[in-house]
Amino acid sequence: MTQPLKYLKESPSQTAGPYVHIGCTPNFTGIEIYGGDLGTSMKRGPVKGQEITIKGTVFDGMGAALKDAMVEIWQPDAAGLFPSANETRGQADPNFTGWGRSPGDMDTGEFIFETVKPGAVPWPDGRMQAPHITAWVVARGINIGLHTRIYFEDEAEANAADPILTRLEHQSRVPTLLAKSEGDNVYRFDVWLQGPNETIFFDI
Amino acid sequence: MSIPNKPPAIGGFIPRDRSWQPDALTPGYKTSVKRSPQAALLSFPTTLSEETSPILGHQMLGELDNDLIHNFAQPGESAIGPRIVVHGRVLDENGRGIPNTLVEFWQANAGGRYRHKKETYLAALDPNFGGCGRTITGEDGSYEFRTIMPGPYPWPNGMNDWRPAHIHFSIFGHGFAQRLITQMYFQGDPLIPLCPIVGVLKSQEAIDALTAPLDMNRTVPMDSLAYKFDMVLRGRRQTYFENRKEGM
Ligand SMILES: [Fe+2]
Repeated sequence: MTQPLKYLKESPSQTAGPYVHIGCTPNFTGIEIYGGDLGTSMKRGPVKGQEITIKGTVFDGMGAALKDAMVEIWQPDAAGLFPSANETRGQADPNFTGWGRSPGDMDTGEFIFETVKPGAVPWPDGRMQAPHITAWVVARGINIGLHTRIYFEDEAEANAADPILTRLEHQSRVPTLLAKSEGDNVYRFDVWLQGPNETIFFDI
Repeated sequence: MSIPNKPPAIGGFIPRDRSWQPDALTPGYKTSVKRSPQAALLSFPTTLSEETSPILGHQMLGELDNDLIHNFAQPGESAIGPRIVVHGRVLDENGRGIPNTLVEFWQANAGGRYRHKKETYLAALDPNFGGCGRTITGEDGSYEFRTIMPGPYPWPNGMNDWRPAHIHFSIFGHGFAQRLITQMYFQGDPLIPLCPIVGVLKSQEAIDALTAPLDMNRTVPMDSLAYKFDMVLRGRRQTYFENRKEGM
């Protein structure tokens, strides 16, 4: 016998279910208990950097848009600093929260974030990663939240040097991680849960 | 490589145990069939993007945010159902409490009905029950809220599937890698072993980890029963080594 290791097990995940919006964006469902829904706005005032809009839809394996998903994003400010207690490299833009949460449009399921183009953040060895946003998708039928990253199609040079994008075995799947410019600082990032265009999801 | 003679530093997050967590594709839960990625997940060590998380602090909380009996009720009224206290701690895998982190929860009313326009169950709405609440953990990771016992409800999956009574939880932690949504079940509920969503869990141990025991020590005499529910988020490695020079 040995001493027991005594590490705890992570709580098992369960689906967010069809009513995740009641818990996380109650105002969106008409339950007005809190002042407003958290993560609706990522800006507290004028922000530094390029202000952008990211729009997208989550599709299932049949190509149908999910209307009961919730998408969250998390990102650094335009200088690459996170508005987080764990950020030790400097002070992030005080008017930028870095975190957004979208219940999607009631009828179309389209999610939308008004944010800033993120600055680059280093990989643990010091190389710079391409600018990216962390995204997390939950919904009925998803047993454990899906992590992915939103990179930018118009950052070709940085993408070509990114430690993750360059490492992917199936380079043909890289475009699933790229937000495409629609002009006017609007980008589209659709999420495909399944099928030939299945988004790359991360075990992170 | 030399080992510095000082306490270990905090490293990245311990990888998620995918043999313990439910799979994406679980045919018994039919909706997962077309909503489950089929390609392998891409693994890499956590970076700053996953080791940081948003600041969601105490100052945003309203007085009744953790009181579902009253936070939607008319003045002087309260939600219908058995009154309960739910409490516990948010811990990491190393057993440390996670302080100052947002915990959100939502549930059906005592009849098993959600307040949602897509909800079709015939059970009655309770005009005094909204069904959501939130709180922030204390310095030791503890949290507490008051609510009513949610009812079980039928749902479209098999011909006659019922959800056991449950409360949904959303937890943040201190790194986005810890982000988790789960559900709490109640000790002794005979519907637990019958539910296809519980059925995505891979072991009895995993089911037990989501089943809250009755906690008579925290009941409020002549007022509320109590259930204790601890939640565990991923922990961070402690390491002597600055072993990240080679990239992957
Ligand atoms: Fe539920």
